[in-house]
Amino acid sequence: MLKDITIGQYFPGQSILHEMDPRMKIVLTTVYIIMLFAASNPLGLCVSIPFLVLAYGVSRIPAVMILRSLKPVLPIIIFTSLLNMFFIDGQVLWQLGFLKITLQGLTTAIVMSIRILFLIAGTSLLTYTTSPIALTDGIERLFSPLKRLKLPVHELAMMMTIALRFIPTLVEETDKIMSAQKARGADMESGGLTRRAKALIPILIPLFVSAFRRADELALAMECRCYRGGEGRTRMKQLKIHSRDIFCAIFVGVCFAAVIAINLWAPVVLTMR
Amino acid sequence: MEDIITAREITFGYPKENNQIQLVLRGVSLTIQEGEFVAILGHNGSGKSTIAKHMNAILVPNEGTMTVCGIDTKDEEKLYDIRRQVGMVFQNPDNQIVATIVEEDVAFGPENMGVEPSRIRELVDQSLEDVGMSEYKHHAPHQLSGGQKQRVAIAGIIAMRPRCIVLDEPTAMLDPKGRREVMRTIQRLNRENSITIVLITHYMEEAAKAGRVVVMDDGQILYDDTPKHVFSHVRELKEVGLDVPQATELCYELRQAGYDLPEDILTEEECAQALCHLLERGKAV
Ligand SMILES: Nc1ncnc2c1ncn2[C@@H]1O[C@H](COP(=O)(O)OP(=O)(O)OP(=O)(O)O)[C@@H](O)[C@H]1O
Ligand SMILES: [Mg+2]
Repeated sequence: MLKDITIGQYFPGQSILHEMDPRMKIVLTTVYIIMLFAASNPLGLCVSIPFLVLAYGVSRIPAVMILRSLKPVLPIIIFTSLLNMFFIDGQVLWQLGFLKITLQGLTTAIVMSIRILFLIAGTSLLTYTTSPIALTDGIERLFSPLKRLKLPVHELAMMMTIALRFIPTLVEETDKIMSAQKARGADMESGGLTRRAKALIPILIPLFVSAFRRADELALAMECRCYRGGEGRTRMKQLKIHSRDIFCAIFVGVCFAAVIAINLWAPVVLTMR
Repeated sequence: MEDIITAREITFGYPKENNQIQLVLRGVSLTIQEGEFVAILGHNGSGKSTIAKHMNAILVPNEGTMTVCGIDTKDEEKLYDIRRQVGMVFQNPDNQIVATIVEEDVAFGPENMGVEPSRIRELVDQSLEDVGMSEYKHHAPHQLSGGQKQRVAIAGIIAMRPRCIVLDEPTAMLDPKGRREVMRTIQRLNRENSITIVLITHYMEEAAKAGRVVVMDDGQILYDDTPKHVFSHVRELKEVGLDVPQATELCYELRQAGYDLPEDILTEEECAQALCHLLERGKAV
């Protein structure tokens, strides 16, 4: 039953977004986030709409996936919108007792919500179109200049790879241990929170023991295969910037420029405080 | 033929709590030549894995010398020269696969050695082909069967182009089908790629396929001979807690019961032939 868990949220495909260099995708996603926060007026934010529609359209990720990625942040959005709406001073639109809604509060609430929604929808696209391993690879290579500052970039990437490799193994193992404990009469589904938490102990202990044993053996196997850290190591797969990467970069660049231009010249009425 | 592994009177012990050491190898001498297929047998705790770990310098002897490919394993500078020439495959395939995609895992060894990318590609494709796993190169390891995973692990070793592979009970966790797959792969590597094989196993039928069998008992070498000679010592092997191949055992029992059968029978075919022969003669009398 635990086997149904999917790791990450990768949707395999062959679109231009899937085939893009992971480093470029990470950089462009970062630029997109900056763009969202640089847009100081609602019109600027609107630039993101065709941007997102196009990106999702090209990647062929089903639109329901946007909703699914937004679901967890919805409470936060509602909460912050309410705060913004009621507690920002300005031109009063509507009043009931001590509660009042101001024009400024309303615009801030709307802009903030759109910003967060677009932020989540846009960044999810990165994990939807990039396999975890490509993502790790991209991060390692993107940050490799930081090795000079003695940051353990390779080691962190290796840890991530190994974690990704062993998640399915450990999930399977957890499943086995759970069945074994159930066969011995362990009850994991009933009782209050503390009782259920206690019922987890006989699962976690064998799982940890086995994980440590695995780690030990893996370390030995890696040493036998001449592993000695990132130094002097080459990679089979070389990442290359293709014309499609340049094309996407230009596209994002144009959007960014549009946002800046709107910031500078849009009608003052629309600018927020 | 050149000697690839030479152990001279090596002793080794693991440190125990109260500053004592538990002797595991007591003066083992062993020479393995290039191109050989050697099986190592012995009951649990007889020191098989320990000697295997001496063969690629994971452990170094307390006394005596271990020379691998002409290099003394005590020479720490040359550690990686030894390890790239003597690869090691372990019992649990799950715990040796590092990457999330088969071909990336096979590339791990050559990547560590700093091989050029285009050459790694060739090595990976060739190695996967050698173990018959080419069609799975884009799969995730957890989608494979045990036998397939173990073959990927072997591919990961042969991609480093070693002269010798040491396999420590590679079939212990596999079902009969997986076991056959792995054995066939090992035999082919030995025959066609002339890689020296050291196979540690508990399956006598597997050991019977080797060119030479070494039997260990309590940190010492008891027998070191061809399978036919070693398995003819049925009683002695049973005394140290080992079995012999089923065919050998059957013939042994029949011999004890007074039937005239040869002593050097290993495979079922040989056994069947000998029995037919016996029956024919019985009829003739
Ligand atoms: N890391 C270790 N630390 C301490 N003692 C160890 C260690 N590894 C093995 N031993 C001990 O050394 C002895 C020989 O172990 P070894 O693993 O070589 O046996 P083996 O022949 O491979 O057995 P098996 O058939 O069970 O794999 C055993 O008694 C074991 O308890
Ligand atoms: Mg062992």
